[in-house]
Parts: sequence; structure tokens; C-alpha cells
Amino acid sequence: MAIISVDKLTKRFERTLAVDRLDLEIEEGEVFALLGPNGAGKTTTINMLCTLIHPTSGTATVAGFDIRKQSSSVRKSIGIVFQEPSVDDILSGRENLELHGMLYKMPNPGRKRRIEEMLELVGLAGRADDLVRTYSGGMRRRLEIARGLMHSPKILFLDEPTLGLDPASRKHIWDYIEKLSKEHGTTMVLTTHYMEEADYLCNRVGIIDNGKIIALGTPRELKNQIGEDIVRLKGMEAKYLKKIEKLPFVTKIGKEDDYIAIALKNAPDNLQALLSSAGKVQSVEVREVTLNDVFLHYTGKEIHQEEGEGSWFDRVMHASGTRA
Amino acid sequence: MYAIYAVWKRELLVYLREKERLVSSFISPLLWLFVFGTGIGGGVYAGDGGASYQAFIFPGILTMSVLFTSVFYGLYIIWDRKLDFLKEVLVAPISRSSIFLGKALGGVTDAMIQGVILLAIGSLVILPIHAIDLLAAFAILFLLTFFTTSLGLIIGANLHSQEGFAVISNFVMWPMFFFSGALFPVSTLPAYLRIVSDLNPLTYAVDALRFILLDQSQFPLYLDIGVLVGASIVLGAIGIVTFGRLQQAK
Repeated sequence: MAIISVDKLTKRFERTLAVDRLDLEIEEGEVFALLGPNGAGKTTTINMLCTLIHPTSGTATVAGFDIRKQSSSVRKSIGIVFQEPSVDDILSGRENLELHGMLYKMPNPGRKRRIEEMLELVGLAGRADDLVRTYSGGMRRRLEIARGLMHSPKILFLDEPTLGLDPASRKHIWDYIEKLSKEHGTTMVLTTHYMEEADYLCNRVGIIDNGKIIALGTPRELKNQIGEDIVRLKGMEAKYLKKIEKLPFVTKIGKEDDYIAIALKNAPDNLQALLSSAGKVQSVEVREVTLNDVFLHYTGKEIHQEEGEGSWFDRVMHASGTRA
Repeated sequence: MYAIYAVWKRELLVYLREKERLVSSFISPLLWLFVFGTGIGGGVYAGDGGASYQAFIFPGILTMSVLFTSVFYGLYIIWDRKLDFLKEVLVAPISRSSIFLGKALGGVTDAMIQGVILLAIGSLVILPIHAIDLLAAFAILFLLTFFTTSLGLIIGANLHSQEGFAVISNFVMWPMFFFSGALFPVSTLPAYLRIVSDLNPLTYAVDALRFILLDQSQFPLYLDIGVLVGASIVLGAIGIVTFGRLQQAK
């Protein structure tokens, strides 16, 4: 039984179609990622599922409730970690959780206990009474996760949970998400434009571009549509392309600047055969297929092409497909 | 009710933490009272009754300071919406009218804390105020600040950029202040400007406060209170409807 079921969900902002007749089912207990570049419609989709904005047409049920007609029941069933900071930074961590508990009408003896539990869970018990102003970016994000989970929601939405965090904090957040999923069975829906994040954390990934889901499956399934490995050759002469195409283990060939990128099965065994058909080359690069290649395959563009976010380091990490 | 309390408590906690804001909000009323009120104003004043000019403008300055505090408080939700601060509340399972009322009462509390401190300063330095009059003034301030906070919240909920601040300040707040009789008796205005002043709810707040504190007035007290109650109810209703439609800003 799907815990989230999206039916032709559409959102139009004046002239732009942000989300275009989206259909999607998410199962209970899943960790699901909407992966796509900025402006693909990820946040708009999440905002509609959270009842923050009204769909132009179509609808969805979240935890069995219709987002158009039963927004109050939807809200009780979900927790959200927003993309932008939304904790009050001149209040302490504990005060933020306290106010959240009050907004969700949690009665008091239980509320206090739950606050302690949550602070413990995200490792902030020692800093609970310090003002959030003094927290690092990673600590703030952890506080927001604690807050999102405080009222024991069935589903936790995380909108770009690690945006702007350094690799160490990012890994830390990933660990919490994994732990929550394993120990509490909370269904999690996250948006991200970090390939490794979707790949590492999620059971299933929906690749979204221009408001549509263009590919859906487990990270493995998605990558297998391309191949297993990618070999990038620099300076290969074009006349060898035909010969390479005919090799049985080659699954896809693409051109990137002055590189030829060849997707293939089992590079360790087949690299020799490939190179002997490629003539003279200046350099060879071998790596595993990443979700970025999948994205490139479906959209013809790199996921990070049009984004200004993330540090230079982040972008290099993504471009090379390394797992941070 | 509990939800209103939760929203209100957050506003109060934030306000009490930001001491700089509280302190700086006293600068301009004190300048008006002690520099304008005793300096230039004293020479210009030709009002009725025996009160000094400083005492005459005291109710007006009180009104002005809570006007600015509460309208700016309301306008702040432009920022809240730009960032994700408001989302946490918008996505909670509580009604939009509780969010509006909690926020409005938060602004009322902020402005009234300021109003009460000014009343205390006034009664110590400018004119003696009886305890019972303080209570009456307190009630008028409550009505006034509910009206002005609601006004700020409604404008803020409909604006999408912070440039709006200067526009609202110049086109709404300063005119409301000048046409309220805060600095001079509105009876000295030419007839066509009196119309503006008569349509300004602030006029009735200043008039009521002046009646309570100085025994001077041009409207009966029931009219002052009636206008303030009416204005509060109308803006409260508009505010609830506005918040009901509020979506996350893009």
C-alpha cells in the first residue's frame, strides 16, 4: 500500500509550468529521493505534498489523506525539514523544540520527554540550552531534523537536507537519516541535487527535470540502463567509433568536449579489448557509472550545469562522481 | 486557543531576546517628547486648556511609537516568508486564523510593553497619571495596537519585497501620524484636510488618550472607543481571510 500516491499533480506559476502532471507512488518505509537540478520542480512538488501551496490541478494522497481536501490531517501526519533555515536562531535548541511541540498540541509530560529523546537522537543534548545562533550549519540541520520528527510523523520530508554543508557534516546527516529509517521505519522523501546523496541513501530515486519524472527506479536499476562502467578516452580519432560501437560489451557512446565517453559492462575485463579497438589515445579514465550519467542520458545535460550552489570542491566531487 | 498561545509565545520569546530592538524603539519617542516637545513645539503651540505642549503631544507620541512598532512588526512577515521561518508555522496542523491571531497578539504585546514603559516615563516626568487612568489608557492602547498590528500583518502578507517598507512608511504611517492630531489639534486643520483626519482611526486613539490623560477631547469617548473597536474587528477579519489564503512565497 502506497503511503504517498501522486495523481497528475500540476503547478503553474504564471507562465512557467513548475510541475507537469506528475504521477508517483511511494511505499511505506521507503527512503525516496527526488533528484534533479535547481528549478526542476522538486521543492514545488514537496511544497504541494506538504499543503504549503495549492496544486493548479491534479492531486495526491499523503498518509491516506487528500492534500486538497484534508490538509489538516496531512499536516498531522508529516514532518518537514526545509531547505532554508527555519529554526529561530535567537532561541535555544530546546526552546525551538518546545514551541514546535506546542504547535502540534503535544501535552506536557510527554512533550518534555520527547524533547530529551530527540535531542539525544541528533546528538544535541549537550548544547540544548545554547542559542541556535551559536550552532554550526550541521547542528542546525540536525535540530531541524529533530524538530521534524518530534511529533512522530509517518512521513518525513527533507528538502535538500545537506545543501551547503561541508562533506563531514553531510556524512553525519546521512548517518542520522539512515539510522532513522532503519530504527524507526519512518518513510522519508528527500529532494537533492547531489547524486551521491540519492545513490547512498535511497531505496528508490525519481529523476525529475522540467517538472516531470523522467526515470524511476533503484539507483542500481537506473545505472544499469547505461552500463556498469564508463571509460573516457581523450584524443581518440573519430574513425574508430564504428568499430567500438560493434563491441559486444559496449552499451552506449557519447561525446563530451574532446572526450569520448563509452559506457560498458565490466571494465576490468574488457578494457584491453576496448583499447585495442580505439587506436591511439592521449588519456584513459575509468570509473563506475553514476546517477549523473543517468541524468545526462535522459536529459542531455549535466545536473550541475545551471546551478550556482555548492562550493568548487562540491562540484569537482560531483563531476568525478566520487562518493564523499 | 492553545495554538494561538503557542504562536504568541514564540513572538514574545523572540521579542524579549532582542533587547537592542526594544531599546532602540524608545529613541524616537523620547526625541519627540523631550527635544521637539520642549524646543520648537513649545513656541508654536496655541492649543486649548492649560497643559504644556509636551503634555499635549504625549498621547500623540505614545500613539506614534506603538504605531511604528506594531506596523513594522507586522511587515516583518515579508522577511519571514522570504526565508522559511513562516513555513514551520504554516505547515503545522493549526488553523490560519490562530496563526493570524497569535501573531497579532504577539505584536500587540510587543507594542504594549513599549507603550506601558512610555506611560511610566510620562507619569514620572511629564504629567502625573492616576492608576485608574493608566488602566483606561492601557485598554485604549490594546485596541489601537490590535488595529495597527493587523494593518501591518495584512500589508506584509500582500507585499513581496522589502522595498515595500519605505513605501508603507511614507504613504501610510507618516500620513496616519500627521493626520491624527498627535502634534496639533485637528480643529486647526482646514476643512478639506479635516475629512482625512476624521477618517483616520488613529485620530480617535489620540483623542481618547488625550481625554483620559489630559481631560481634553473633541469627540465623545464612546465614539473614540466605538471607532477603535470597529476598526479592530474589520482589520482582524480581513487579516484572518488574508492569512487563510497565504501560501509560501516563491
